[in-house]
Amino acid sequence: MNPETFSGDAVIDAVSAVFMVVGALMSLAAAVGLLRFPDLMTRMHAATKPQVLGLFLLLFALGLQMRTWWVWPVLVVAWIFQLLTVPVSAHMVGRAGYRTKHLHPELLSTDELEAVVQQAAGKSGFTEDDGDAAAGRR
Amino acid sequence: MMQIVLTVTAVVLSLAAGGAIIRIARGPSLLDRVLAADVLLAIVGAALCIDMAVNRHLNNLMLLVAVSLIGFVGSVTVARFVADRRELPRES
Repeated sequence: MNPETFSGDAVIDAVSAVFMVVGALMSLAAAVGLLRFPDLMTRMHAATKPQVLGLFLLLFALGLQMRTWWVWPVLVVAWIFQLLTVPVSAHMVGRAGYRTKHLHPELLSTDELEAVVQQAAGKSGFTEDDGDAAAGRR
Repeated sequence: MMQIVLTVTAVVLSLAAGGAIIRIARGPSLLDRVLAADVLLAIVGAALCIDMAVNRHLNNLMLLVAVSLIGFVGSVTVARFVADRRELPRES
């Protein structure tokens, strides 16, 4: 499998074949992560792999296979659209999961939202400024 | 070589779809099922991409964008629904 012995077409075919197989393996990794991870947050981590990197690899392979230049802007637009929508839906799912306690707190290494939630809950009944409110709350 | 790639990716994507469907059926909460359905839509999009790349056409590109749009709208809507529904008994 020495690339110098290939023609240009065969090299492009080989690169796109590798990208397609790796992009499909991203989906398999997401499925394995969905089955084996313990709670919602870790499963969300696994689920992002085919949505961003997998789609990027497959669209790159598609652009290589088409061998024309005008498809690349279309593929980039499709990928950027995915990049814009995936974080929003992941944020909504994670927010709903945190609010409805779909997580194992002992598995979290740090919970930065906990302090903010406590502060908001404590502040809601007070009208003083920060220092007095903190002192008044023991 | 494209036939080998097609076979390998078909097997891999079938296994991945099977895993996602198992998680949809077995998921302990609604959000797990939403997440697994999102992954299943990503797998469908991957299959559309591989079909386009192997057969060298672009017929599925709009369908790919539509599938990702449907996944976005669906998961955001269900996430809002879950948040509102679970919070009602706590506040009352």
